[in-house]
Amino acid sequence: MSGGAGFFDIPSDLQHTYLGLIGEHLKEALIPVAGGLALSLPIAQLCVRFRWLYPPVLWVTTVLYAIPSIAFFVFLIDYTGATETTVMIPLTVYSLVVLVPAIVDGVRSVPQETLAAAEAMGFTSMQRYLRVELPIAVPAIFAGLRVATVSSISLVSVGSLIGNEGALGNLLSDAHVFHRSNLAVTSVVTTAVLAIVIDALLIGIRMLLTPWLPRGSRSARRASVDAVTGPAPEEARPLEEAAR
Amino acid sequence: MRERSHRTGPGNPARRGPRPVTGRNIGGLNSPRNGLRARAAQADSRHVRKGIRALIRIESVTKRYPDGTVAVDRLSLEIPDGSVTVLVGPSGCGKTTTLRMINRMVELSEGRILLDGADITRQPVNTLRRSMGYVIQNAGLFQHRTIVDNIATVPRMLGWDRGRARTRAMDLMERVGLDAGLAKRYPYQLSGGQQQRVGVARALAADPPVLLMDEPFSAVDPIVRKTLQAELLRIQEELGKTIVFVTHDIDEAIRLGDMVAVMRTGGKLAQFAPPDELLSAPADEFVEDFLGAGRGVRRLSFFTSAGLELTTDPVVAVDASAAQIAERATDDVPYLLVTDADGRPLGWARAKDAVGGEGLDAAQLLSHGRPFEFGRDSLRDALDCAVLSPTGWAVAVDGDGRVVGVASQETIAGAIRDAHAERKGSADRKAAAGAPGGPGATGARRTAR
Repeated sequence: MSGGAGFFDIPSDLQHTYLGLIGEHLKEALIPVAGGLALSLPIAQLCVRFRWLYPPVLWVTTVLYAIPSIAFFVFLIDYTGATETTVMIPLTVYSLVVLVPAIVDGVRSVPQETLAAAEAMGFTSMQRYLRVELPIAVPAIFAGLRVATVSSISLVSVGSLIGNEGALGNLLSDAHVFHRSNLAVTSVVTTAVLAIVIDALLIGIRMLLTPWLPRGSRSARRASVDAVTGPAPEEARPLEEAAR
Repeated sequence: MRERSHRTGPGNPARRGPRPVTGRNIGGLNSPRNGLRARAAQADSRHVRKGIRALIRIESVTKRYPDGTVAVDRLSLEIPDGSVTVLVGPSGCGKTTTLRMINRMVELSEGRILLDGADITRQPVNTLRRSMGYVIQNAGLFQHRTIVDNIATVPRMLGWDRGRARTRAMDLMERVGLDAGLAKRYPYQLSGGQQQRVGVARALAADPPVLLMDEPFSAVDPIVRKTLQAELLRIQEELGKTIVFVTHDIDEAIRLGDMVAVMRTGGKLAQFAPPDELLSAPADEFVEDFLGAGRGVRRLSFFTSAGLELTTDPVVAVDASAAQIAERATDDVPYLLVTDADGRPLGWARAKDAVGGEGLDAAQLLSHGRPFEFGRDSLRDALDCAVLSPTGWAVAVDGDGRVVGVASQETIAGAIRDAHAERKGSADRKAAAGAPGGPGATGARRTAR
């Protein structure tokens, strides 16, 4: 590799190493998702509690998602300047369109009899939400988080439009300015790998959080359980019962 | 206390499990007359200590929804302490609504419900609910918690420390017939029947005096359901809870209930009676239709077989000598019941063939069919055995499966007539005296033992 044309050689105007850009990129992508999750939880809870609220909320988040990021930047730059914050605010707003429905559907998918059981055991509505509904919604929430995170990682690049706030995306504009197409390759490949790695990480966290989910085929699992404990009691007892 | 008077009648042998023939003791108002089963007697004395707490009194309760629908219409019920009361009826009869009004998951519109003499609205709703176990169709387990954590839920909420709650949960797993190895598993790893056992254990965890059960066994297959019903009766025998049980299955109601409330569409009470009375005297056409066919035969489930006059004349051991066989095989005995050396039945031999042969050939015997357990099974079981038997004779065995005698269809028919007459006589006496009392097992002949 010569003449600064290597995969990991970053033009000095970006004032970052390759790893520095990755760190920057992750920060700008993940903080909005975290913020979006923090906003979505109460919004979704309200939507579950007051069913009529859900359609308008869904409508609003969709419309916000339809606003181009450039329009957001033009509007926000007066308040927050050409900073990361200006990039992260639209990304936060965009994540809502995925996260709110994910949480609402997840919480709504909790079986009626589970909720009835919780109510009958004297759970307050807060206990019910925190100890029953939310944990059971974790798989659905993580499905939403994965989409929101991957899309956020790819969207950070538009930050380059407001002056080097696009992390890895800045390489794209540099590729254009310096006529170095290899920078574009570096940008695109790195962003894609980042998205895949973070996605895998989220899957891992989800699996740690939900040991209670059937893994693989349910019947295969059931069979292995029976192999360990012997036949289920009621498979044995009817015989005694029938013998009587 | 009209309904209590019915409890002094003979037992309900329809119930399988360790329940004694005279064991339908509710609130400890009568003592076991049978005396045969000491363990059951102990269980009964526990009932006595519990006294008549936790009696649920539903007073003229109406549930009207905002759209004007009346789910329950001026319903009054007295749910006796320490017994199983079943609410049964077609869908839309308000039985589940009634159940849910007891723990205020549904708020009543008019009337009131008293628990142990106090209006249920007097205490905070969650305190009320934690004092009542609740079992629901499909169990409604927390799928994200292990079995042991599921069971320990209410004790933990009541502030028990982790160790105590866990110990309690493990005890309950054993009590409901779950292997301790399942404790760390998650609900998806259990079969439907096992999940329902967990549901029952969870409801019992904080030892609530009241258990509300909302069609708990309707989602499992019939064989598992039968097992779970038997287990519930066994557990109830040990714990003596006040159980309110909702079902649409009249057979389940008759099997489980000490008292059965039949409800009709529109939330009205059609009849509230012990199952025996329900079968013998349905209040009206609706109840009669709902009970379905075969009332008379089904009612035989409530008559003990203890009064049957058994004979041992046709019973011979397989190693009997030719002389012994000839002695047994008189003209009145067309068939001989052959038993093994321990007295367990092997099968029937034709008397004609047996006499003059060189002893009995165990391979040549007719099947003896299913025997009934004398004293514990009901007259219905005895009749069933006789009808299914190739010889028309039912084989009676003791708890160990040893033959205690045989009874012909005619003998059983006679016992049925006697039992009906006795039951009717006691009902008349009761009506005349206006006091509780019944025939009990003392009236039964026990000559065969």
